[in-house]
Order: sequence, then structure tokens, then C-alpha cells
Amino acid sequence: MKLEILKELNAERAARRPVIIVTDTANGDQRLVKAADIAADPLRAELSKQLRMGKSGNVEVSGKKLFLNVYAPTAKLVIIGAVHISQALAPLARSLDYDVTVVDPRTAFASPERFPDVPLVAEWPDVALPPLNVDHYTAFVAVTHDPKIDDPALLHAFDRGCFYIGALGSRKTHAKRAERLRAQGAKDSDIARIHAPIGLDIGAVSPSEIAVAIMAEITAQLRLPPKQKEEAA
Amino acid sequence: MLNRDEDILQAAETWQKQGHGVALATVVETWGSAPRPAGSSLVINDDGTFLGSVSGGCVEGAVVTEALDVIASGQPKMLEFGVADETAWNVGLSCGGTIRVFVEKVG
Repeated sequence: MKLEILKELNAERAARRPVIIVTDTANGDQRLVKAADIAADPLRAELSKQLRMGKSGNVEVSGKKLFLNVYAPTAKLVIIGAVHISQALAPLARSLDYDVTVVDPRTAFASPERFPDVPLVAEWPDVALPPLNVDHYTAFVAVTHDPKIDDPALLHAFDRGCFYIGALGSRKTHAKRAERLRAQGAKDSDIARIHAPIGLDIGAVSPSEIAVAIMAEITAQLRLPPKQKEEAA
Repeated sequence: MLNRDEDILQAAETWQKQGHGVALATVVETWGSAPRPAGSSLVINDDGTFLGSVSGGCVEGAVVTEALDVIASGQPKMLEFGVADETAWNVGLSCGGTIRVFVEKVG
């Protein structure tokens, strides 16, 4: 690997931007493809498939055997609300390899006793969220049921391009939330990105089942190709 | 994971800047129950110091030896490890899988 490629790879990874290194394993020829450049790449179909799956693999293109090494950042999950659902959601997400953070200004909720081993931030969203570097590889879930906490958090998530945004509440609750967010300057296209009611419809009842429904929906957003994603939503 | 890939690749860059010869070994293909998936990597410098893993310990020694050759020659190499027969045990995978490891010089 040429030093320039290694340097660029390390810089992209530090910035949490996905990169694929394409290597011709017969002769060592190599190039780096940034996620943003995939659409214009001759190997775009293969590259986008591997990136979506977060998996490295081999392809054969016009007689050449190429190894596509995918460097995707670790996905993050930010949970707004240290509630009962979150107690089930946090360990489930960790078992799926997400870096999980729980945010709730109510210290009675955000206690280490209720959330052993999970990073907790007992602050309001305006203080808690900026240092978390919420980004494109972040799933964002608001489950407090309290507009004072959920609404500013959701506005923050819109600005950061999260790959998934979900909020707890019935259709009626969500309609009211949409009105409030619009009044605070949110665009309709942003509000449309909120998955609400949250989670895939699997008839979940208990907090743990709701956690499964949420993680299933997040997984679909992370892994499915765009067209199937729309169908699953 | 003890050594995250970012630390490994950062180490490769740092070693290179310090004037070391450096090689990068990457799992490119696996069959059967291989311990580490494709994309896992190991970096080796000309002292024989290495970071990361391609197999969870079974074949690292052999990869490091080959990597020193690659650092000297500059020519990349493809290595294959598996349990072919009894005599292959020393550099084989106890789990019964097979892996191919691409070794290349950095710089």
C-alpha cells in the first residue's frame, strides 16, 4: 500500500467517512474510493453493495480478481430518554456492535443503577448532543415522550444527517409533534424522515419487544438497498 | 477487540514515518470456520513487531516471517493457510478453516 493511500485512509477513518480500498491481488495495484465518489465509479454496483453490507469481499471484473476492503465507521446509537424501553434497547444495540449513548436530563432516570455499562449523559440535549458528534453513521432515537426533551433533540438530529431517526408515539402524538417541529422551523422533508410510530410493526408489546422492533427497523435502514428500504418503511 | 483496525493502520503510518520498513497483511478470503473475517489485518515492521490479527493467533508467526520477506523485496505475496494434513498443523488453523492472506509492503 502506497503511503499516500494509507494517509488518506487514516484521515477518512478519523473523520468517520466510509472508504473502500480496491486491490488487484495479482499484482498489488491499489486505489482508494471514498464513499462520496462511489456513484461515479465504474465498480459502483459492487462497491455500493459491499459498503451497504459493511463487508469486505472479492469480485472478478474483466478477468481481474479484485479485493474490496470496506472500512465503515462503527455505527452509533443515541437514545434520548433513559426510560424502560431504553433499558432493553441499549444492551440489544451493543450486542449488534453499536456505540450506544443514553441522554436524559432527568437524573432519576439517567442513573448508573438503571443503565450499568452504558455511557449516560444526564444533561439537556443542547448541552449533551454537540460533543457526541452525531453524524451520518448515527441512528437517533427519541423515546422520552416529553416534547421539552425530544423536540430539541430531533432538531439536532435533522442537522446531522443521521441514517435513522425514530420517535416514540402514536400517529396522533406524532401529528402534534410534527406541528411543533414545523413551528420551530423544521422542514417537511426533515419531519418526513422521522420513523413514527417507532419500530417495525411486529406487534411489539413489552419494552424488550419494542426494542427488537426498533433495532430491526434501524438494521433495515442500515443494510437494505434504497428501493427495498422505502418498501420496509 | 484488543486492537481496533484504526490503531493498526495508524501504527503502520507512524512506523513508516519513523523510517521502519512496514508490511500490511490482510485476510482477503475465508472458507469454513475461519476465526477472523475478510478485511482483518496485521501490520508488521522490520523489527518483527506486529499489531492486529488475521487468525486469532494460529498463523501470525508464519505471516510475520513472510512479511519480513515482502518488506525486503517490495513484492506482494498471497499466502494460504488451512489444515491440509497432519504435517500442516504447525502453521494451520486448528478450527479447520482456510484463509488467504495478502501481504504487501507499505510505502
